[in-house]
Amino acid sequence: MNLEKVVFGFFIVLAATLNFGFFVGELDNPTHHDIYELFAALVVSLVATVLKFGDRTQIGAVHLSTSLVADLQLFAAAMIWGYAAHVSPAGVTPEMVARIVSMSGGALFANVVSVIILISETIMQRR
Amino acid sequence: MNPLPRHQSIFFLILRRMRAPLILLIVIMAVSVLGLTLAPGVDAEGKVQYLSFFHAFYFISYTATTIGFGEIPYAFSDQQRLWVTICIYLSVIGWAYTLGSVFSLLSDRNLQQAFAIQRFSRAVRRLREPFYLVCGYGETGRLVCDALDRLRHRAVVIELDESKVGEIELQGYAADVPAIDADARNPEILKFAGLTHPHCVGVIALTNDDASNLAVAIAARLLAPKIPVLCRAQGIETATTMAAFGTRHVINPFQEFAEMLALALHAPAAWQLTNWLTGLPGTTVERYRNPPRGAWILCGHGRFGQQMVSAMDAEDVPVTIVDRDLPDDLGHRWVHGEGTNPDALRQAGVMTAAGIIAATRSDIDNLSIAVAARELNPSLFVILHQNQYANRALFEAYDADINVVPSEIIGHECLAILSTPLLVPFLNELRRTDPAWCAGLFERLTSRLGWEVPEVWSTRINLATAPALYRRLMRGEDITLAALLRSPEDRTERLECEVLYLDRDSDDHRMAPDAGTTLRAGDEILLAGKPGSRNSFMLAIANEHALNYVLTGTDLPGGWIWERLSRARKAAPRQVDGERSSTHRVRPRA
Repeated sequence: MNLEKVVFGFFIVLAATLNFGFFVGELDNPTHHDIYELFAALVVSLVATVLKFGDRTQIGAVHLSTSLVADLQLFAAAMIWGYAAHVSPAGVTPEMVARIVSMSGGALFANVVSVIILISETIMQRR
Repeated sequence: MNPLPRHQSIFFLILRRMRAPLILLIVIMAVSVLGLTLAPGVDAEGKVQYLSFFHAFYFISYTATTIGFGEIPYAFSDQQRLWVTICIYLSVIGWAYTLGSVFSLLSDRNLQQAFAIQRFSRAVRRLREPFYLVCGYGETGRLVCDALDRLRHRAVVIELDESKVGEIELQGYAADVPAIDADARNPEILKFAGLTHPHCVGVIALTNDDASNLAVAIAARLLAPKIPVLCRAQGIETATTMAAFGTRHVINPFQEFAEMLALALHAPAAWQLTNWLTGLPGTTVERYRNPPRGAWILCGHGRFGQQMVSAMDAEDVPVTIVDRDLPDDLGHRWVHGEGTNPDALRQAGVMTAAGIIAATRSDIDNLSIAVAARELNPSLFVILHQNQYANRALFEAYDADINVVPSEIIGHECLAILSTPLLVPFLNELRRTDPAWCAGLFERLTSRLGWEVPEVWSTRINLATAPALYRRLMRGEDITLAALLRSPEDRTERLECEVLYLDRDSDDHRMAPDAGTTLRAGDEILLAGKPGSRNSFMLAIANEHALNYVLTGTDLPGGWIWERLSRARKAAPRQVDGERSSTHRVRPRA
């Protein structure tokens, strides 16, 4: 067992689970989607991205790119939320919530890919 | 391995080392923002308000980066201020740690080395003109690089010593000289330095270590078999090994000098001529005193001394050897003792000797031998061996008849080989020709061109270098050297250069061909002339108009329209004279 691998797997899976937690619920119902969960998903996703830095293998490269996609989508979701809550006159409307959640849904897909790579890498190594 | 993976590895190294500080920064920012959204605040009406993520992130961003715009959107409550105090210190720690790791990463020796190799190999890859690869930037390397730069050749340098690489930047060469401090024995480094580059025209191995030079020669032989290699070799075994696998030129400074001395003893004029032709460009050669035949004394029977003894033996000049060590050959007179001791010198017969060679390993000993010997016999011919270039001032002050500086010998030889390939066969031929003829040639050349080291160049008459002359010769015209060697400015003046050697086929070549010799396409000629004459000559053989003027004295019409017009005029010959005189250019007459 390798502590580095534990931390690596932990952050990748945590990013996916937090993202999922934010995503589930009715698409446009603000009460089903907690802003703190989005924040946590974004932070953990960023940490997971940095953890993937510096791997020279092909799989490492794909890992990094999925994480970058997730970051991008979550960041976009956060920006939409910021715009809705502070800039747009109508506030956080159901349409805006739908947009935020669908963005995070895209990020969720990237995170799922990341988890699949993690699993397949583990299976490939057989140790 | 090509440089790309190395470049990527630098990038990955940076990323990997930056992982911890980046994660720390992210965590600190996240904790600060989260804490700030949880800390209760009050608005202007006294209602409890929480900061949104947007405001919290905004506030923490400008606080962490020490910009500090103040408390928004309302003045903070004490709970919020307490948390912000913690955040400020957290963020200071985070930034200090991140910046610290960035700077330690940048000053990392491995990383800097990797960057240096990267920069160097990029500079070499971008070279788009012929260049020489010089291994070793010692005294000899510097001489060769200086001369290459003056001859407008590019050079790439590999040198083991970092401080000497720094010197290159201070030298102020006209062209940029890419240099790296690395071991030339490493074939990877040689590749980065352009050994396999299409524009690499020669490899010059001049390190002071025979094994390194040998390694360079082998690498060049295997990786770039077509590129000529020049190697310095101190030991005879190394020289043999190098020659065995086809190193084009092996330069052994002591052997070189021994051969020159032998030449000086039996054909002084050939020796003087060689000195004059192979001097460093831009210097003036003084007329040396010819070494006399007679009894000689050799002090110091080392590597240089042994070469000198065999050269003297070949010329039947008696030598007395003065050395501390016991003799291992009994064919010569031996005197035990130090050359610095006047008694030993007297015992060796300094009063009746013709010359003395101070050839010990110590420069100070050599100088004191020379001073002591001249004191006893002022008419002695003194040959001094200078080991260290740094002692140059002392040796110049003493003014010996011949000063043997190995680095200079190698430098001169390198230049002769590199700049003018035809010079080496000419000089070899010179050693075999009649001494009286050599003397005549030498007198003629120096009276015409002066004592300054001439510009020496060789050129082949082919389509690439001499298109105009080549076409005329292929048309079957007879062109003599006398007709060709005229100034393209004013054809009544002769160009200030002389043809030394003409190489026609593998077996047909002429030493100093006379002015009536006709040229043929494919000839290769060696010329020596005053600075500037080379450009005039190259212009005349390459440019149709210049060549026509030099040979016939008339100007060719330039451009398509004038050519058509002149053809029309030829058809009507009457008009020609009138038109011609009006278009005649006014030329200054000397």
